[in-house]
Amino acid sequence: MTIWILRRLFQAVLVMLAMTVIVFVGVNVIGDPIEILISPDADQAERLRAIAALGLDKPLWEQYLRFLWGALHGDLGRSFVFNEPALRLIGQRMPATLELAVTAVLMAVILGIPLGLLAGLYPNSLFGRAAMAGSILGFSLPSFWVGLMFIMVFAVQLGWLPSTGRGATVTVLGVPWSFLTRDGLAHMAMPAFNLALGNIALVLRLTRSGVRENLPMDYVRFARAKGLSPQRVVFVHVLKNIMIPVVTVLGLQFGSTVAFAVVTESVFAWPGMGKLIIDSINVLDRPVIVAYLMMIVLMFVTINLIVDLLYTVLDPRVRIGGAE
Amino acid sequence: MAGRGFALLTAALLGASPASAQSLVMALSGSPTSADPHYHTFSPNITLDSHSYNSLVDMDPKSRPIASLADSWKLVAPDTWEFKLHPGVKFHNGDDFTADDVAYTLARVPTVPNSPGSFAIYTKSVIATEIVDKLTIRMKTAGLYPLLPIDLTQILIIPKRLGPNPLNEDFNNGRNAIGTGPYRMVSYKSGDRVELERFDGYWGTKPHWANISVRMIPNDGARTASLLAGDVQFVEFVPTSDVARLSADKRVALSETDSLRLVFLWLNRSHADAPPFVTGPNGEALATNPLNDLRVRRALSMGINRAAIVERVMENAAIPANQFMAPGVSGHVSDLPPIPFDIARAKALLAEAGYPKGFRITLHGPNDRYVNDGKIVQAIGQMWTRIGVETKVDAMTWTTYINRASKQEFSAFLLGWGISSGEASNPLRALVHTYDAASGWGSVNRGRYSNPKLDGMIKAAMGVADDGAREKALIDAERVAMQDVALIPIHIQKNIWAMRAGLTYIPRADERSLAMDLRPQ
Repeated sequence: MTIWILRRLFQAVLVMLAMTVIVFVGVNVIGDPIEILISPDADQAERLRAIAALGLDKPLWEQYLRFLWGALHGDLGRSFVFNEPALRLIGQRMPATLELAVTAVLMAVILGIPLGLLAGLYPNSLFGRAAMAGSILGFSLPSFWVGLMFIMVFAVQLGWLPSTGRGATVTVLGVPWSFLTRDGLAHMAMPAFNLALGNIALVLRLTRSGVRENLPMDYVRFARAKGLSPQRVVFVHVLKNIMIPVVTVLGLQFGSTVAFAVVTESVFAWPGMGKLIIDSINVLDRPVIVAYLMMIVLMFVTINLIVDLLYTVLDPRVRIGGAE
Repeated sequence: MAGRGFALLTAALLGASPASAQSLVMALSGSPTSADPHYHTFSPNITLDSHSYNSLVDMDPKSRPIASLADSWKLVAPDTWEFKLHPGVKFHNGDDFTADDVAYTLARVPTVPNSPGSFAIYTKSVIATEIVDKLTIRMKTAGLYPLLPIDLTQILIIPKRLGPNPLNEDFNNGRNAIGTGPYRMVSYKSGDRVELERFDGYWGTKPHWANISVRMIPNDGARTASLLAGDVQFVEFVPTSDVARLSADKRVALSETDSLRLVFLWLNRSHADAPPFVTGPNGEALATNPLNDLRVRRALSMGINRAAIVERVMENAAIPANQFMAPGVSGHVSDLPPIPFDIARAKALLAEAGYPKGFRITLHGPNDRYVNDGKIVQAIGQMWTRIGVETKVDAMTWTTYINRASKQEFSAFLLGWGISSGEASNPLRALVHTYDAASGWGSVNRGRYSNPKLDGMIKAAMGVADDGAREKALIDAERVAMQDVALIPIHIQKNIWAMRAGLTYIPRADERSLAMDLRPQ
C-alpha cells in the first residue's frame, strides 16, 4: 500500500516535470510577453530593460534550470504581471474557485442521484422521460450561453439574483469564504448551478442506468423474495452497488470542474483561479501558467488517489496493489 | 419556490449597498495589475490610480494639458522647465504636498523593481531636478524638450515619507497607498474589486460619490448584463453590438466621444524584393516589392470602403480616418481631404504601377485585440480583391500576432495606436519615423517605413519651443506622411460609456473612466 502510494507520487512528479518543459517551450513559441506587457510608448531601450528585468534575456535552458532550482526550494517564480509569487497569487484565488466547484459537485449529488433513482425506477413515466430529455440539454448546451441566459432571466428580467461577481466574504482560518453569508450565497447560486448543470446530467444518467442494470439482478430479486421493504432494497442494496461508477466520475469531474471553471468564472466575473489562468495566458505570464498547471496535475493525482481509496471502502473486494 | 425568497433577499441587499445615493458601483473592462501607480504602464492601472493620485499636469477630456498639482509651468532656459506647485494640497495622511515629493517621485519611478512596463519612459528626459523653494521645482533636460509637461501627465505623485524603495505589495495592501487624489483606497482585491472612499481633505472640487466600488468585468456580455440588472451603475467599453440595444433602453444612458485610437494597416517596407505573402497574380515570385510604389499604396488605400466598415462592421462606433487624429484634437490636419473609395481609380493606379492584373497578398490581423478587428480585416480582404489584389485573410490571437508583426513576418497587417500624449508628435515619432534604436524613435514602426525628408521635419518640429508653432510644424509633417501613405488609416474608434438613466458622464478621449466626472443629472 505505501509502495503503491509512493509510486503514484513518483509518477506525479514525472508528469509535473514534463508539464513544466511543455509550458516553457510552448509559451516561448507562442510569443514574447514583453510585446504584450510593455507600454506601446516604450522605446527600444526600455524594451531591453524590461526583457532583462523579467530574466528573458537569458537562453531558455538557463531560464528553465533557474526555474527548477527555485521550484526545488518551493519558489515557482514571480508573476511577470503582478510581481507577486505565482503560488501566492493562485492561493489567493483558490478559495473562490474551490467553493464554487464544491457547491457545484454537491448540487450534482443532491439533485443528480435522486433524480436518477426516480428515472431508473420509473423509466416509462412522464418524469423518467422528461429527466432523460432534460439531461441531454444539461450537457449539450454550451455553458457560456446558458450562463448568459441565466443572467438575462434571473438578474436582468426578474431581478432575483445579482448578475456577476462574488458576494460578501467572511474570513475563517485566514481565508475569505463567501458561502457563509447570504449575500455570498446569492452571488454563488447562478454560477454554481451553471457549473453543476453538466455534472447533474451526468450523475443522473449514470444513476439511472445503474438502477436499470441492477434491478433485474438476482440479489435484488432475492432481497425482495426475502421480504425486505422496497425502500431498503433500493436505498441500501441497489444504491450501494451503483455508487462505484458514480464516485469515480464525481472524483474526476471534481478535478475538471475546478480546472474548467474558466468559462463560468469569466461569464460571471467570478474572481477565481480560472479567471487568473485565462488572464495569464492572454499576457503569457509564464510563472503563473506553470504554477497553475503543476497544481492542477497534483490535484488530479490526489483525487485519483482518494477515489481509489474510496473504492476499497465501498467494495471490500477491491484490493489496492494486491495484484503485484 | 425559492424565487420569492431570493427576490426579497436581493431587494434587501440592493437596499443595503449600491442603491444608496452616495455609493457608486462601476465596472472596468480590464483588471489593474497593481495598486502601485508606478509599477506598470497599463491603462486599467492608470484609470484606477487617477482616483487616488494626482499628476503635476492633467489631461482635460479632449486630452489637452491642464493644471493639476502644478498651477503653471514655463521654460526658464531652453533646457530647464520650472513648475509652480499648488499651495495647500494635503496627502491622505495629512502631510503637505511640496516640491520634495515631486523630486522623490521622479527619482523613484525608474527604480521600481521587476516592472513589466516602466513609467521611466516619461521621466527619462529629466536629467536633474532642482528644488527652488517649497512650491517651485525645476527640471533640467538634455537640450530643449518641449513635451515634458505632457509626459508628466502620466506620472502620479507619491509622498516622500514612503522612504527609499517602497514595495508594491505595500501599495496593494494599502500601507503605501497615499496620494493627493479625491479618493482613498480602502481595499484592493486583485482581479475582483477595489473599494474607494472620498477623501474629505481633497484640495480640488469635491466629487459626488462618497464610496466607490470598482469591479473588474472583462467579459463584454457580463458587463452589459450587470448594468441592465442594476448591479453596477457605470460601465466602460460598451461593445458595439450592444450600442443599438442600450440606446433604445430607457433605464440606460450612453455617453460617447471620438477617441485617440487609430486603427490602421501597415505595409511591409523592409524588403526591396517581394515581402512575405506577396506574389504575382498567378502565384509567381515578384522581383520588386509592389508596396514600395506610392501608386500601389494609394490604390490599396482607395480600395477600402471606410464608410461601409464604420457603418456595418463598427455599427457607427467609429469615424472614417484619413489621418492620425480626429477633428478637435491638437494636430488634426483640417485641409486633408477624405480618402475616396474609388475602385476604377484604384485599378488604374495599379495598372500605371505595372500591375494591370494586380498581385496576391495576405492581410493579417488580430482577432481579439481591437474592437471587431477580425471582421475589419475580412471586409478589407474582400474590398482589395475587388480592385484586383487577390487577398487572403488570416486573423489570429494577439499573443501570437504581435510577436510576428514586430518581426516583419507579414506584408499587410492591422494594428491600432492610442495617442497617449494627445498631440501629433507621438504618432509621428513612434510610428512613422525611421526605426532607430539610438534615438528611440520609430520604436513601433512595424512596417519599417522610412522617409528621410519626414524624419528631418519631425526632428525640426521637436526643436520648436512654442506650442502653436510646433503644432504647425507637426501638421506639415503629418501631411507628408499621409500623402506618402506611410500607413493606411482606416478609422478612429469612439469611446462609449453606459450608465443608469439619471446619471451623466463627461466622455474622455483618453478612454479613462473617472468617477469624478460621473454625476446625477
